[in-house]
Amino acid sequence: MPAKLVFLGRLEDIAGMGELAVTPAPLELVLAALDPALAVELLGERVRMALNGSLLSDNEAVVLAEGDELAFLPPVSGG
Amino acid sequence: MAVSGPAVRLLGEDFSPTDELAAFTAAHPEAGGIVSFLGQVRCEGGVQAVEALELKHYAAMTLPGMEALAATTAKRWALDGLLIVHRFGVMRPGDPIVLVAAAARHRRDAFAAADFAMDHLKSQSWFWKREKTAAGWRWIEPRADDHRDLARWL
Repeated sequence: MPAKLVFLGRLEDIAGMGELAVTPAPLELVLAALDPALAVELLGERVRMALNGSLLSDNEAVVLAEGDELAFLPPVSGG
Repeated sequence: MAVSGPAVRLLGEDFSPTDELAAFTAAHPEAGGIVSFLGQVRCEGGVQAVEALELKHYAAMTLPGMEALAATTAKRWALDGLLIVHRFGVMRPGDPIVLVAAAARHRRDAFAAADFAMDHLKSQSWFWKREKTAAGWRWIEPRADDHRDLARWL
């Protein structure tokens, strides 16, 4: 079972897709396999990450397991 | 005091703010005052005119986050009831985007609670907004004002 990356907001436009199935692995290996231009955006200072719906703190090491969903969240604007 | 918890809804389709408010008011006859805020897609002319607005959400976090906000709001002020309705999807000028209503025995609690909930929906909830003008679609980033508004509550 793969893991899943979810791209929100403008990151969906940059990725050209809303979701991407990836092989479970440490995050740095998953990102290294992506288009470098996309990887740079995903690692942007203002982009937060959430693993399975829970926000991660900065610099938290992420290892994706089977079925995990990792979301990349750019700055929000609602209302 | 409140017999029911806050009502929080995330909708993919148009809604009627007047119907929502009428139902909310009818459900809280004990409240001395009800404060509501309606956010809608601006209608304006010119090349900058917004033709459409789209709000994206993230199912795993958006509604749970709105529910947590409602719980925080309800805990901070003495409310009889709280309603939060927020759209996602594509909206046209004049369409409602967000409705917040707070019912309370005393008006100041209702004003403050609605204000607090709106500031947090605007810049702390999991929504991403883009607008379509004559120049095409453009993602909207939070404004410095939005962050200043939020800082009032710290």
